[in-house]
Amino acid sequence: MLAEPRIVYNEGYLDEQTKRVVRRALLKGIAIPGFQVPFASREVPMPRGWGTGGVQVTASVIGPDDLLKVIDQGADDTTNAVSIRQFFERVAGSESTTRTDEATVIQTRHRIPETPLAEGQILVYQVPIPEPLRFLEPRETETRRLHALEEYGLMYVKLFEDISRYGHIAKTYDYPVMVNGRYVMAPSPVPSFDNPKMHMNPALQLFGAGREKRIYAVPPYTSVESLGFEDFPFEPQQFDQPCQICGSSGVYLDEVVTDDAGGAMYVCSDTDHCTRAASAVGFRASRTRGEWDFPATGTGTEGAVQ
Amino acid sequence: MYVAVKGGEKAIANAHALLAQRGSGQEDSGESAAQERIASRQLRGQMGVLVSRVMNEGSLYDPNLAAKALLQAQGDVLEAVTLLRSYRTTLPRFGATVALDTGALPPERRISATFKDLPGGQQLGATFDYTHRLLAERLQVSEIPKDTEEEDDAAPGTMPRITDLLGHGSLVEPDHPEDWADEDPGDLTREPTTFPMTRPERLQALARGDEGFLLSLGYSTQRGFGNTHPFAGEVRVGEVEVLFEPAEIGYEVPIGRIEITECQMVNQFVGSAEKPPQFTRGYGLSFGRAERKAMSMALVDRALRSEEFGERRISPAQDEEFVISHADNVQAAGFVEHLKLPHYVDFQAELVLLRQLNAEFEGSEDAG
Repeated sequence: MLAEPRIVYNEGYLDEQTKRVVRRALLKGIAIPGFQVPFASREVPMPRGWGTGGVQVTASVIGPDDLLKVIDQGADDTTNAVSIRQFFERVAGSESTTRTDEATVIQTRHRIPETPLAEGQILVYQVPIPEPLRFLEPRETETRRLHALEEYGLMYVKLFEDISRYGHIAKTYDYPVMVNGRYVMAPSPVPSFDNPKMHMNPALQLFGAGREKRIYAVPPYTSVESLGFEDFPFEPQQFDQPCQICGSSGVYLDEVVTDDAGGAMYVCSDTDHCTRAASAVGFRASRTRGEWDFPATGTGTEGAVQ
Repeated sequence: MYVAVKGGEKAIANAHALLAQRGSGQEDSGESAAQERIASRQLRGQMGVLVSRVMNEGSLYDPNLAAKALLQAQGDVLEAVTLLRSYRTTLPRFGATVALDTGALPPERRISATFKDLPGGQQLGATFDYTHRLLAERLQVSEIPKDTEEEDDAAPGTMPRITDLLGHGSLVEPDHPEDWADEDPGDLTREPTTFPMTRPERLQALARGDEGFLLSLGYSTQRGFGNTHPFAGEVRVGEVEVLFEPAEIGYEVPIGRIEITECQMVNQFVGSAEKPPQFTRGYGLSFGRAERKAMSMALVDRALRSEEFGERRISPAQDEEFVISHADNVQAAGFVEHLKLPHYVDFQAELVLLRQLNAEFEGSEDAG
């Protein structure tokens, strides 16, 4: 009769062998910017689709000297960001921060921080669908061939059809980009507003898709062009009003519904940026731990975009 | 006041506490509740089929851990599977065992739907098959009559696999093609998945695939979506010895026994220019007592071999990418449930575009 096994987890959760596997995939990804490297994605103790790719990438690059920041929808205090941060505090004993400028590793879902990144920082994206052509061609065998042949006609036709139907490219997030003039890449579901930040970014950008078992990368100072046409160039979304908490303009805003009569206010989606901008200008509002003191309520859609 | 999903830390801690309480059984049964917690060994002993399912889809043969996982998951099978997988993946891998000899396993149960009588005989074993599904007020355990033992005239260990019997007349495709080299199979959990897959990889994926999904796909092949004309050539359940050959020692050593269910489907094949008409095979293997899973797996395995036999691929069950990419319930459940995560950044982006398009639409109406 076998003794009942003891349940033990490795330091940092992933075993060292797996970390090496992930690092090899990362190195290959960095060597071929925008190319999706298959890797044997492991289970991690959170559900698939909740950042398991990002978690594996972070677990493989984080060290004892690192300072980790985790954001979801731009915010440090969303439940899943908190959960992932707690996971690393528990299994890797890592120090964490909410400050973008202090963090050495930032794991993100759906946003790129407003504060410009610097050399030496690593931005880890959680990616749900790494294949930019997936909704045009469901088959992996086919899309890999299209990438190999640099055959992106499908994508341009889709963008063209949008323009002829709506007068615009109707893609507002996960807007496809061309990396280093070679691979069309899914930037993960960041809003197109964030796309320009990827271009020539001094930080290392790593992408982990756990469920789909793919890793890809954009090395520092790499060209990342959002797709467009000469007469219909890419236009990132812009907001024409400032954040109603900190007064920042030129930032991505969340629309916060304030009543059931269509009232809404617009506030920064990047909580770290908002908190620091607000304290810099001595704004009366604060937004820590989800306790917001709202200034006057805005109305309707006045924050809408042009 | 907007609270929604922000401000997570305290909320998470509270939610976990509430969850633990919900699973404690203290809410519904009053004062003696504290003594009524189910022990994982009770679960193991009395819900063995459920434990098997968790082991199968969790890809780990360990009834104790599977039972523990089920308790921790409050009976949520997919949650238990996720727990088991997340633990399994951190374990070191020593290597592959010697291929199981299922022909040698003394089956507790062995049936064939293709032959009335066959060497070794048919043995029903523990099965729900001919029970009357009448809900019982009280479960009863009756004595097993003594005279059922050793009635077989066949010597123990002579229950050859039905497919081997047919094979003697070469009416059924052989175990492996002639040019087959017994290579170590790839490991789905350690190597990236790329399509097309090898059959061993495919079988691995099916073995850990969701029972319900495979059942439905297998069923669809019986209803004309990729018909493979199956017969249940054999289903057998029993304990089999697992042998491992450590490189340091250089010979096989037994490392334990596991209970398995094996299903060999035998399927009609009309033949092609290269091959005469014969019976082809679909294969299913699962941990513990998991007959439905093994049968479904065998049906889907055969359907996925359609290209090999030059059959037209027109149905979902024949489509490797479709089947394998969606059979894993840990992935499927995670991604479906991730829709609960906030998406307000993307939603905002869509909202902005819609408002813009609507404004333009109204503008053009006014102009026209």
